[in-house]
Amino acid sequence: MTRDLNLMERLPMKNNRLRSIYSVPYAAWILLFVLAPIALIVYYSFFDLTGNFTLSNYRNFFTSVYLQLTTSSFWYAFLITLFSLLIAYPTAYFITKTKHKQLWLLLIIIPSWINLLLKTYAFIGLMGLYGPLNALLEVVGIGKQQILFTDFSFVFVSVYIFIPFMILPIFNALDKLNPALIDASRDLGANSWTTFKRVVWPLTINGVKSGIQVVFIPALSLFMITRLIAGNKVITLGTAIEQQFLVTQNWGMGSTIAVFLILFMFIIMLFTTGKERGATGNGKNR
Amino acid sequence: MANQPIIRFENVTKKYSDETTVLDNVSFELERGKFYTLLGPSGCGKTTILRLIAGFIEPTEGTIYFNGKNINNVPANERQVNTVFQDYALFPHLNVYENIAFGLRIKKVKKDEIDRKVKEALKFVNLAGYESREITEMSGGQRQRVAIARAIVNDPEIILLDEPLSALDLKLRSEMQYELRELQQRLGKTFIFVTHDQEEALAMSDEIFVMNDGVIQQSGTPLDIYDEPINRFVADFIGESNIVAGRMIEDYIVEFTGKRFDCADAGLQPNEKVDIVIRPEDLEISTVDTGKLNVTVDTQLFRGVHYELSTYDQDGNEWLVHSTKKAEVGAVIGLDFNPEDIHVMRLNESEEEYDARLESYGASADEE
Repeated sequence: MTRDLNLMERLPMKNNRLRSIYSVPYAAWILLFVLAPIALIVYYSFFDLTGNFTLSNYRNFFTSVYLQLTTSSFWYAFLITLFSLLIAYPTAYFITKTKHKQLWLLLIIIPSWINLLLKTYAFIGLMGLYGPLNALLEVVGIGKQQILFTDFSFVFVSVYIFIPFMILPIFNALDKLNPALIDASRDLGANSWTTFKRVVWPLTINGVKSGIQVVFIPALSLFMITRLIAGNKVITLGTAIEQQFLVTQNWGMGSTIAVFLILFMFIIMLFTTGKERGATGNGKNR
Repeated sequence: MANQPIIRFENVTKKYSDETTVLDNVSFELERGKFYTLLGPSGCGKTTILRLIAGFIEPTEGTIYFNGKNINNVPANERQVNTVFQDYALFPHLNVYENIAFGLRIKKVKKDEIDRKVKEALKFVNLAGYESREITEMSGGQRQRVAIARAIVNDPEIILLDEPLSALDLKLRSEMQYELRELQQRLGKTFIFVTHDQEEALAMSDEIFVMNDGVIQQSGTPLDIYDEPINRFVADFIGESNIVAGRMIEDYIVEFTGKRFDCADAGLQPNEKVDIVIRPEDLEISTVDTGKLNVTVDTQLFRGVHYELSTYDQDGNEWLVHSTKKAEVGAVIGLDFNPEDIHVMRLNESEEEYDARLESYGASADEE
């Protein structure tokens, strides 16, 4: 009897110990690569160039220069997300209707495995004054245009780079959608547009939200593309951080911008991580 | 106008892109206000008929008429038809109220009228007070009712039900059978019910269409179909049957298992080959040589209401017997039956031919 009791008591304890062993890598990772860097950034943000404790970095952030930077960052991130979504949603929908959907999806995903820098350089070649795009424009009769170092090229290349990340979650959401629900909506008198608005969109909104998350947040802090494609004509929070750390060596200000960036990301996460309505989620009963 | 069929199929064929024919030149008419059942094994084309009426698919050939109007090109959302789907297809992002109100909102019905109608529909399916429940909080039977309420609230002319009871457990299923039948009678609407469950079909329908391989094998009242199956498939699919090959000697005399019997069928060629059906419950156990057949009992199962005996005659034909009397396994027993229990089926006879033959000898019988 006592032995049985012991066993009963030991079992959950053993489980607990095992669980704590499993959690070691995770805890170490979080501590070393998430919490510690954030703490360091927050710490540095309270020092000026000469190493004295100050709050002036935070005061500076609310001056017109940085506010403008923030607005422009948000504006470009918004444009990039919007265009990605406008292209990704119909594309994802189209892929779910094809016969070999996994293959078509793979073809879209493949470019995202290629190094970002390589792709960016490829665009410099394509869009340059003597690149094939301009050659084409000349043939058509429009003549050479400045394509590189414009808002257009910046948004275009960014959208190109982010689009697989937008398509994937939307594709998954659409693919999981029970087709009987669309029949049901039609059956109840809804035309295609109403069906989309009242059934398809609300049931795939979580995919859209994840897509927005994985595009908007990185887009806020882009700096390489702004430099290489936009020729530093577009300055975002990402570029500003890079400049503060590498050019002006003002780690304090750079850290302050980073703190705000983290805050913005956190707020965006809050808005885009909605609670799914109903446990079955995407409309498949069972 | 009132006597016009609500639905008429005229030589409707449906093929899919890979040239498989799921519906092969089907024609039929449905009257207003009746409970119809499309019955058949999976892949027989019954759901295709339902989807054609709902407007989810279009016929490859032929015409579908609704109240005498060709509706081949009318999209699903413009048809006065509502469907109760197999897995209910309730919108998981909407609660019970909004699910039922969906169709009304699209028709831009006034708010207070939506409210009144939704509550009325919920009362109709015994779910009053469940308005604000989430779909995920409802049990299978309750979801079923919500799906029905969502269909009837739009006041459609026809309600289509696609195997709506298949996901429910046995007890709930028989309960819902009563409820559906009662609901149809209260509403007075045309119900078209699809199922592969013959008991369900027999219990609920005014008329049954038995289907196989994209063709309607037989249509009629449950009694007609049970008592007068037109071919082997129908006899086998509806209820349990003993089917043996036989020969029609002359009118009202048939031969099978090497013996001649009186029967109630006529209008066939002398010496024509036929299939004979005798239902297990029509076979009566008696002692050896006192019945019409002598058989050996092979197995015996207790089924609650009756014993189910599997027996074999000297030719090796199996005879299934439903009897309240017990028999000894291995014993030889006699089987007795009445002439009207023998049902003679002509080989490859179509439904029209069968009806015509029935009429012709029915008429000649009157003359005698």
